[in-house]
This record gives sequence, C-alpha cells and structure tokens, in this order.
Amino acid sequence: MTNHWVDIKNADLVLIMGGNAAEAHPCGFKWVTEAKAHNKAKLIVVDPRFTRSASVADVYAPIRPGTDIVFLGGLIAYLLANDKIQREYVVNYTDLSFIVKDAFTFEQGLYSGYNADKRSYDKSSWDYELGDDGYVRTDPTLADPRCVYSLLKQHYARYTPDMVERVCGTPKDKVLHIWELIASTAVPTRAMTIMYALGWTQHSIGSQMIRTGAMVQLLLGNIGIAGGGMNALRGHSNIQGLTDLGLMSNLLPGYMTLPNEAEQDYDKYIAARAQKPLRPNQLSYWQNYGKFFVSFMKAWWGDAATAENHWGYDYLPKLDKPYDMLQTFELMSQGKVNGYICQGFNPLAAAPNKAKMDASLAKLKFLVIMDPLATETSEFWRNAGVHNDVDPAKIQTEVFRLPTTCFAEEDGSLTNSSRWLQWHWKGANPPGEARSDLEIMAGLFTRLRKAYREEGGAFPDPILNLAWKYAHADSPAPEELAREYSGSALKDLADPKDSTKVVRKAGEQLAGFAELRDDGSTSSGCWIFCGAWGPTGNLMARRDSSDPTGIGQTINWAWSWPANRRVLYNRASCDPSGKPFNPERKLVGWNGSAWGGADIPDFKADENPAGGMGPFIMNPEGVARFFARGAMAEGPFPEHYEPFETPLGRNLLNPDQPQAISNPAARVFKDDREAFGKAEQFPHVATTYRLTEHFHYWTKHVRLNAILQPEQFVEIGEALAKEVGVENGGRVKVSSNRGHIVAVAMVTKRIKALTIDGRTVHTVGIPIHWGFTGVAKAGFLANSLTPVVGDGNSQTPEFKSFLVKVEKA
Amino acid sequence: MALQSLDIVRRSATTTPSPQAREAHAGEVAKLIDVTKCIGCKACQVACMEWNDLRDEIGSCTGHYDNPADLSEHSWTLMRFSEHETAAGDLEWLIRKDGCMHCADPGCLKACPAPGAIVQYANGIVDFHEENCIGCGYCVTGCPFNVPRISKRDHKAYKCTLCSDRVAVGLEPACVKTCPTGAIVFGTKDDMKQHAAERIEDLKSRGFEHAGLYDPAGVGGTHVMYVLHHADQPQLYANLPAEPKISAMVGLWKGMSKPLALLAIAATAFAGFLHYIGIGPNEVDEDDEAAARREMEETR
Repeated sequence: MTNHWVDIKNADLVLIMGGNAAEAHPCGFKWVTEAKAHNKAKLIVVDPRFTRSASVADVYAPIRPGTDIVFLGGLIAYLLANDKIQREYVVNYTDLSFIVKDAFTFEQGLYSGYNADKRSYDKSSWDYELGDDGYVRTDPTLADPRCVYSLLKQHYARYTPDMVERVCGTPKDKVLHIWELIASTAVPTRAMTIMYALGWTQHSIGSQMIRTGAMVQLLLGNIGIAGGGMNALRGHSNIQGLTDLGLMSNLLPGYMTLPNEAEQDYDKYIAARAQKPLRPNQLSYWQNYGKFFVSFMKAWWGDAATAENHWGYDYLPKLDKPYDMLQTFELMSQGKVNGYICQGFNPLAAAPNKAKMDASLAKLKFLVIMDPLATETSEFWRNAGVHNDVDPAKIQTEVFRLPTTCFAEEDGSLTNSSRWLQWHWKGANPPGEARSDLEIMAGLFTRLRKAYREEGGAFPDPILNLAWKYAHADSPAPEELAREYSGSALKDLADPKDSTKVVRKAGEQLAGFAELRDDGSTSSGCWIFCGAWGPTGNLMARRDSSDPTGIGQTINWAWSWPANRRVLYNRASCDPSGKPFNPERKLVGWNGSAWGGADIPDFKADENPAGGMGPFIMNPEGVARFFARGAMAEGPFPEHYEPFETPLGRNLLNPDQPQAISNPAARVFKDDREAFGKAEQFPHVATTYRLTEHFHYWTKHVRLNAILQPEQFVEIGEALAKEVGVENGGRVKVSSNRGHIVAVAMVTKRIKALTIDGRTVHTVGIPIHWGFTGVAKAGFLANSLTPVVGDGNSQTPEFKSFLVKVEKA
Repeated sequence: MALQSLDIVRRSATTTPSPQAREAHAGEVAKLIDVTKCIGCKACQVACMEWNDLRDEIGSCTGHYDNPADLSEHSWTLMRFSEHETAAGDLEWLIRKDGCMHCADPGCLKACPAPGAIVQYANGIVDFHEENCIGCGYCVTGCPFNVPRISKRDHKAYKCTLCSDRVAVGLEPACVKTCPTGAIVFGTKDDMKQHAAERIEDLKSRGFEHAGLYDPAGVGGTHVMYVLHHADQPQLYANLPAEPKISAMVGLWKGMSKPLALLAIAATAFAGFLHYIGIGPNEVDEDDEAAARREMEETR
C-alpha cells in the first residue's frame, strides 16, 4: 500500500478492482465501511463476478477477466479528453511535460525495438530526450507533440467507450457512469483510493494493469494524499515482509537487486543503481544505494566484508536468468533439479498445471517440507483416488517432513499491507516435535558450515564467513534477528557536520537509514527496516492508538517502513509552495523552515519548496512516471494484450498484428505453450479465486472453516447452466487442456454471460481451497486447470484468466 | 443460561409469579444487525461456535453459500444469502444473519408446556433452559421465525441465547464482538433504534427509499433487529416474515384448548376419584401376582 488500512476511512470514493476486499480482507474492509458510514464515500466494484464486495457497493460493473487495461485505458482517455485531471499536480509532480526520444514508436501493439525471436525488447529508445545540460528536456505547456502528455493522449485515443464495451463486455452506460464518478475526484478536495490484489497481479499483463491504475490516480492527483493511493492488499499476514526482506529470487533485502552475470564489477553494479538526478535539484534517493548495500553486506558477512574485497561482492550469486517459481519448476520438469526445500510453500496446490508439478516433483531425488500442516506437496506421491491419481511405485523421490511452528507459536514481527511491522508474542507452545523455521534453518546452516569446514568444497567462503553472532547458534532468537535487520553502528560514528561529536557509539542501534554509511562502519540487514529496533528499543511493539489529528495517523502504533512513514509520497499532498491541497486532511506541510504534520514527511525535511525538488524522491526525475522508460518488460505505456488463453483469438486493439495478441514480452516455455488450449475446444473463460471462509490451502485442515465451506464448488451463470443442462447443486466437470476437476455447480445470477465483440462469453468461477489432505471434503486442486505463464515482469502466474470447457458430470 | 433467577420475568408453563424486585435499569437490550453493512463473512458463525462450544457436522455444498445448510442444535446462527434482481435490472446479494429474534412477546415461551424450560429475562433476552425441556417441539410451532431446533440426540430444543452468559457480566454477544465491519452492534434497545435511524438516513441518501428498521409489532417488537435496504419487502431476505405473528395453534393452546385440556385432565382425575369412592381401590389379587412372577421368569 502507498497508504494504509486506516487511511481508507478518508476516501470519498473507493474503487475495488482486481480484488475482492470484503471477501479476502474482511477485517481491513471495515475501513471501507467506515468511509461509507462517516465520510459519505461511494464504493465502486468492477469484477467479473458480483462479489461479497459488490454486495455492499453503490455501483457494480462486470468485466471480462484480463481486460482491465482497456477499462482503465479508456478512463485515461476520458479524463484527458474532458480535462478531468488535477493540472497543478500533474504538471509539477509527473513526467507529462517531459520530451521523449524521437526513436520511440508504437505501432500495432508493438513498441520500438521488438525482437520476436527473443520475445523481448531493445529498450534504448524508451527514454526521455536529454538537453545539452544533461537534464531531460521538458515543455511545461504540454503542447510539444513528443511530450509524455501528447504521447499518452495519442496512445489511449483508441480506448473508446465503444471499444471498452466490445472488449470488456461492460455495458457502456455503466462504464460512463463509473468514469464520471471517478473523474469527480480530480479536484483537490476529493480523494479516491484504489484497492487491488491478486485480481490484477495474476495476469500475464498484471504489472501493467497495476500501472494503469496508478496512472489514473496520478492524473487525478490521488497519490500521496490522505484517502488516496494505490493500495495492494497482501494475501498473507506477512507477505509484505517477504518481499521487503528480498525473498524473491532476483532481490536482496530492501528492494536492492542481485547483480546479473554481466555485472562482475562492483563499482559498475553500484553506479547503475545509484542514479544521478535527471532534473536540476532532485534528490534521487537511490544515490545512497552504496550505503544501503555496504551496510547490508556487513550484516551478512561482518568482519569478512571489507573495502578490499568490495564488502564480499563476490560472495553474491550473479544471475544468468531469473530463477522464479515457474523457471525452477521448468528446470525440475527437465530433470535438472535434484533436491528442493519447500519452506511454508505448497507448490503442488499453489503452482499452475498440477500435472506438470506432479511429474516434476517425481523427478527429484529428495524433497524437504517445512510446514505446520500435512500439505498436498508432502504427499504428492500418495494415490488419493481421482484427486491425485498417481502410482506411488513409480515415484522414487525421498520426502522429509519437518513440522514447523505456526505464526501463533512464535514471537516476531509481521509486516501487514500497510507496511507496518507489528511485533507479536506467541500464544501457545508448538505441539510435539515442531520447531521454528529459525531453528531448522540454523541447524541446516551450522551443519553445512561444518561440512565445508571439514571437507572443503568449491568456494566455501560465503558459507564459512557468514556472520553468525547469535547467543545460541542452533536457535537464533527473533529479537536478535530484528536488531540485525534494523541495524547498528560498528564503530563510533562521528557527526558529519562536526567530527568531534559522536552521534552513535559502537554497538548502538541506529535510528534510521539516514545514519547508514558506505565505509563499513554501519550494519543493517534491510535498510528500509532501519530504525524498527532503534536506540530506544523495539518500536514494532508499540501499541499507542492515539490519533491526535483524527485522520487515522496513529504514528506511535507499531512501526512503518520507511522511517515510520505512513503515507508514501506525502509531499505530493501539498501544492508546489508547500501548502496542503486539502487543508481538511493535512498530512504534511512546509512551515517556512521545515516540513512536518501528522505524518513523517516523505521529503528532505528542511528543503525549501522554492527549490523545485519533486515529491517522488526515489526517481531520478523527482516526479512520477507515466512513461515507464525501460522499467517494464512490455513497454513504457500499458497496452492491452489478451490472456494467453483468449476466447477471442485476437486482440481487438491491434487486430492486424498476430505478435501482439498476448503479451509479446512474456516468457513462455515450449512445453507450456504446447499445453495452452484454444477457444474452439475450451470456449469458457475461467478465473480462480479465494473465499472468505478459507485461507488458501491451510484452513481445510480446520474443522470450523470446513463447517463453513465444506465442499468444492464452481460458480456458473444461469445461461451457461442451461446450456450444459445442469441444475443448481448438480455436478459439473470443468476441463482445460491440462486437466480437469469435478465439483458441485453453484448456479448463480452473480455471474452473467458477457457479450464480447458480438458473441456470448461465459465466465466460470473456480474457488481454490480444496485438495486431498485436511478435514474438509476431498476435492480437486484447482490448479489442475491453470496455464503456466507468468506476468512479463514479476512472473506471477496467470491464474485469473484461462480457458475451460464446462460439462455436466 | 447464566443470568440469575432473579432476573427472570417470565417462565414457560408456570403460574407462580416471577420475582419482581429487580429491574433492568439500563433498559432492555437489543442486537442490531445492519444487513446493508454485512459482507457475509461468517465470522459471527465461528464466534458463536467457539463461544458456545458447538461444532456442527462438516456438511456438503448444496449450491448455496449458506453453510451449514440450516440452523441446528449446533448452529444457532447462520448467514442466509439471497440473490435479488431489482426492477432496474441491478443485482443485489442480500445476506441476512438468521437466528433467534428474542421477541418481546415470545411465541416459543407461550407455547412451551414444560415449566421453566423457556424464560424471558428483564433485559428482554429469551433463553432456553434445556434441563427442563421435554422435547415436545411446541416452541418450534410457536416461533414465527422458524428458529428453535430439536436435537435428534438428546431431544432438547436449542437456539441462540443472545449470549445471555456474556451479557450478564457486561459483555456484548460473541457475534457482535467479532463482526469486522460493525454490521452487528449491541446496546440498549433505545440506543440501537437511534443507531438504526442514522443508518437509514444514510441508506436513503444512497437511493434506498424504503430503507428501514425491522422490529415487528406482531411479536411485540424484537431484541434482535435488522436494518434493511428494502424494509417494505422483508421476504426478499430469505423469507423474513413481513408480519410475524404467533401461530394460531399457540393461541388455541393458550386460549381455548388449554383450559379445555385442563378440564379434561381434571375430569379424568374426578372419574378416578369416583371409581375409588364407588368401587374401591384397584387391588392386586394372588393370581395376578403369580402370573406376573411367571412372566418375569420366562423373560429372564
């Protein structure tokens, strides 16, 4: 979230799209209820299904899965055409006035630089035009035909209301009604929040859907303000913490990135990330990358990380390609992976194409499961009848099951969607022989280190030199880890302004990332968490709910990254002179000598606004980008591409370019492409999702949840039910080109057939929660059906839109 | 079942007066269920099961989100989902939390022939005392909302207690405490009516011109009330009765048939008395005694 849960109460308009907050986040949804009850807010829900969120919405509109960019792109065109944009905001705080290189082009769904063989782009033309002074050329009048404003307008001119109706199936009157409501928040006194989740991320163009939403919010001046923002609702209690700590295969903690194979040179690695400002007097905060990186390396390798060895840069792997989940399972299916450790992960259930997963896991020599529950993955070898029809005699994989504690059986911090690190204390001791993940990983590490120490091996240094300064080497305490990722001074730190003063003594915890240095004198395992456990103690354990301004800014409750800031980009809530756009909901402001207010300013604290420093300090431009430059795989502006399994077989936006039907820059493995189905054979559009009554594949092990939602079902509309001849409560077989499931048919008015480009398209809703372990009725894993293709940037699988055929079972 | 007997104002099938000394000074209580805020998450169902130590069977999917499929001795509350298309063609998914309404004039209590099996407390809560229940099912007939359920195992009637044990010690019912959206609130009946009035004003501003409070007069008002978008059509909400009344059968039982039945019982007793006076007591002679002994030995 750019903002936070409580802040939703400040919204005048709530758009839930690409998510179902009432269903998946009922506790957080209370703030939507609050906005409606006490702020007269209206709620809009756009979703393929009439959801639990829709049940309390003021306006609902259906949409075909996977076409959100068309709906939002049309909205962008509408806002530009009707001048419903917050002009002072966009001219000053975004790149609309920036001039783009002449070589940049877009034709028939493809941007300049496309290489069809590699399915990727040469992005060199995707950039701004630089002037002689080295800074980007701009045209504040927005008249230049090559400025971002002109290109944006031109790009989305094709996204007309008629096109939206044709592609999305959303009735035009509904579309225009919703656009009009949204446009009403272009004024500084009205705020809209966007709440989204996996309904946007789980598409082959998911990242670009989210970007389109963010662009709408920028045009309306809704980023950085109370009641606004782009708010990603995270699906696990600590999945925000997972990404923050860099548990993606290409990341390091704090959104630093692993070097790639070509980056063997340390200085070049840093220079590429510590970007120089692209406009005069911009902060370009990533210029501090070296300080964050060196402090991180000191946290991991301690005294072994020195200036001479570039802080252990050679210890880091250099990626030849991304090793995301889909890539790893592809390698596994090719027999190139011998062993696999599943830590809190149930890939047989959670990864696409169960048949491929089954075959891949069977090629492993060993599989280690760390989980509190008996997951399907841990029993992938067991014949569970129709639900897992495998022959155990043919599977030689050795499976080790290590029971772990669950979150309620351990102390630690969970980072929620609001970016709050909230310390918690265990509620019970773990049962039986269960051990915490910390103990298991520590045990594994100490044994590996011993083996390397005694037997040697290829390049043992990163293992032997890893700093391991915990009181109990076999069981590091959560408090020790928290202090480590927050960070401390390794030497006495002199005041940069007065070298006779010491600001931090050696060993003292640091107050924040501004104290980090790149000379090896500071240590911080995750720079964005720096200060969470500061000189005064564990700030994550704070439970002060006082809200002095009444706008939900409880800044002494727990601790929020970065720097305990609650609303990101909050400098943008003020006009260029530093006065709040909306004094009623003031977050921060300039008082003539400093920035301050209800939040921690997301800005240089003493920067006079007259200097023109932009509010988006992480970008070298200082402003937000409509034009993504080279940051995205498929292009600087989001463009609609069909799901890889499309019911239309063509892209109505770019009908004459077969290479631009589906995401031209998405990675697709050969076997997975061959497993795609066609609309002729599988005419119905399927989408998978979660239900309130369950949490993923966990709670089917819990009797209470199983009582509430005991048996697998699929949701189909009345028209499709009639077509296939099934009654409500009867059974249907749903097949894709990869497998099938059989489930109870829930025939509902909540899913309607849509008219897409003149023909009828049915949507099939597939809740995911059932499997062959647990106390709920056994069912099929929903991912028996789903295709293996990920988003072009994040590789998140396309679980939200694929093709199936529904038959009476 | 945890309030003190002193708080009881009415008991089933009992003619002796209830204690009068104590009153509910804070006023009668009420639970207000704002159907328009409810997202059907079923957290209330879980809270009810956990607080009351109830676990229903793991059932099956019947083509609805309603699970368990019906109220039972283990499920005292249940979300009922109804799909409704408005005249304008818009869909509404109306989700109503079903359970005991705690009527001011409780049909179950009136119908119950078992002394003290159903009581009404001074704060308005209607409670079942299962230890006194004879399992006759008259409460089921007496209830205009089809709420009580008879257990097949112990043949006792069960329903929501409005967490009388929690309320007695100053806590809100478990479902109220757990509701994430604040759709269920609890307080004095007057406060709840006030809260409902604010909600109804908001709903009217959003185009629900018939929004209103469900507190039906036919049962003397209820201590569980609903805010409805369509108060003019309560039957849209899984057949919530528009004008609930206590069944005519209960009226008959309490009005005509009960005195008649009592008369019949008295007549039987009188006939017995006449028999005793006129013919003398029924005595067992030696032949009867011997026959009984034989029978007993044969069956051993």
